[in-house]
Amino acid sequence: MTWEPVIGIEVHVELLTSSKMFCGCRVSFGDPPNTNVCPTCLGLPGSLPVPNRRAIEWLVKIGLALNCRINEWSVFHRKNYFYADLPKNYQISQYDHPVCVDGWLDVSGPDGAFRVGIERAHMEEDTGKSIHLGEGGRIHSATQTLLDFNRAGVPLVEIVSKPDIGTPPRARAFAQELREVILTLGVSDARLEEGSMRFDANVSLRRPGGPLGTKVEVKNMNSFRSLERALGYEIDRQRKLLEAGREVVQETRHWDEEAGVTQGMRTKEVSSDYRYFPDPDLVPIVVDTAWRERIAAELPELPAQRRARYLDQGVDPQTASVLSASEPDLRNLYDQAVEAGADPRTTALWVTGEITAALRRDEQLRLPAGGELAELLTLIEQGTVSASAAKEVLAGMLAGEGGAREVAERRNLIQISDSDALSEVVDTVLAENPDAVERYRAGEGKVLGFLVGQVMRATGGRADPRLVNRLLAERLG
Amino acid sequence: MSAFMPIDIDIVHVARLARIDLHPDELESYRAQLGVILEHAAKVQAYDTSGVEPISHPLGFTNAFREDEPAPSLPRDEVLSAAPEARDGYFVAPPTMETE
Repeated sequence: MTWEPVIGIEVHVELLTSSKMFCGCRVSFGDPPNTNVCPTCLGLPGSLPVPNRRAIEWLVKIGLALNCRINEWSVFHRKNYFYADLPKNYQISQYDHPVCVDGWLDVSGPDGAFRVGIERAHMEEDTGKSIHLGEGGRIHSATQTLLDFNRAGVPLVEIVSKPDIGTPPRARAFAQELREVILTLGVSDARLEEGSMRFDANVSLRRPGGPLGTKVEVKNMNSFRSLERALGYEIDRQRKLLEAGREVVQETRHWDEEAGVTQGMRTKEVSSDYRYFPDPDLVPIVVDTAWRERIAAELPELPAQRRARYLDQGVDPQTASVLSASEPDLRNLYDQAVEAGADPRTTALWVTGEITAALRRDEQLRLPAGGELAELLTLIEQGTVSASAAKEVLAGMLAGEGGAREVAERRNLIQISDSDALSEVVDTVLAENPDAVERYRAGEGKVLGFLVGQVMRATGGRADPRLVNRLLAERLG
Repeated sequence: MSAFMPIDIDIVHVARLARIDLHPDELESYRAQLGVILEHAAKVQAYDTSGVEPISHPLGFTNAFREDEPAPSLPRDEVLSAAPEARDGYFVAPPTMETE
């Protein structure tokens, strides 16, 4: 009998607002410790939180992009627990009246398209950052904790999927699609390695069609790859336990990237008792129809819509996915070049290929304008520059040497497609290689390639190869 | 229904949640004090509130927001001045993992 994994994902997204959720301290990554803090985010007595309007709007935006119902009326609760990185001893969060509920996200995974339900998306605040000091930096053997509260109070959106996901690769595809949505909305920089987007997973096994098994929460996955690996490991671990007739214990386990295993936290087994209650410092949030519609009208084209449009325009599916996941600057370049008349399929290949590669080599590169790229593609199409010379033209354009034609002319890359000019070169080559001509006439067809090569060499690679072939054929035939 | 329902309080659990280290001698007196409070709440709960709209806040307004504009933070010396221990701009706290 087989076991079927059931996976749900919890995502935390730090919003890139200018100021924190409930006070005016700056949201800024990497500042010196405890320089963006005030009485409110330090939880000092007498301070009062006031919610950031933009953060609420961005949460609604996320909810709409995830096809959620936006609750007209919602409430902040206090989630009570003690931890050194939580200065108030409670986190302002949402409980039974979150802003967004009951949505879904369509994902195209490695094994086809699938839909993941979204349970909810709610507003809360981030905690401070702890650095555990002690032997080897291991959390269990820490002797002291250093605390930086710059992150405390940063607007945090928690998105909870339904337990709809059947495999680790699908969990990864869902997480990647969700990140693309967040980036497209422009509400977070969604950097996994810096923790501005964090994924936790709930995973259990069951008999197909049977009741849900005991779930384990897996934390500490800092990349899409580790999310997939951690789930693979955890599913395997649970399967072995169940097949040995043992039970899965409900617990939180940490993913150890280096060892490639999940490990139990060895914490005291006190069941979570957060004693949620409505925060008396905060009045309810009402998102009425007018406000919701205004936010909906601002929604940008979402990744799934974008991919569909690329396909409609004739881009192949693989390139469409890569382009859709590319930086906004590159996508805009594609749009502008196509608007300037360039062929969408070729444009997409150049943007995701040569231009992306160049940008990877040098982040400071200035991208060409859409019209300039369109001009380059026209030069290739008309045979004015060869495909290989075009790469050099592009390099010149990226280095700021000017427009496509300008660079091609200055770098002497214009293809010689004037048959009079080429004829002279061809005649010279034939005169210099009587041997080869002899062999060709004797039936050694492959010698033609050598002669073409000689012409290309004589022209510095600028001859139009089709024309060279034709001219040679005429003379040798 | 009596307004004075016997209320079962796990005072050890409550103390643990509040991170208060109670001496065994103190448990009973705290249990009794908390009991009085909960009995008072039980009295309130005895009222018939059918037909009363639940509210989450006594003030009758909603959407008290601030605009997303940064305001000055506190100088760090001041931030750390009340800390029992500070180092290199950080607060120093005891290890926070709860291990057995």
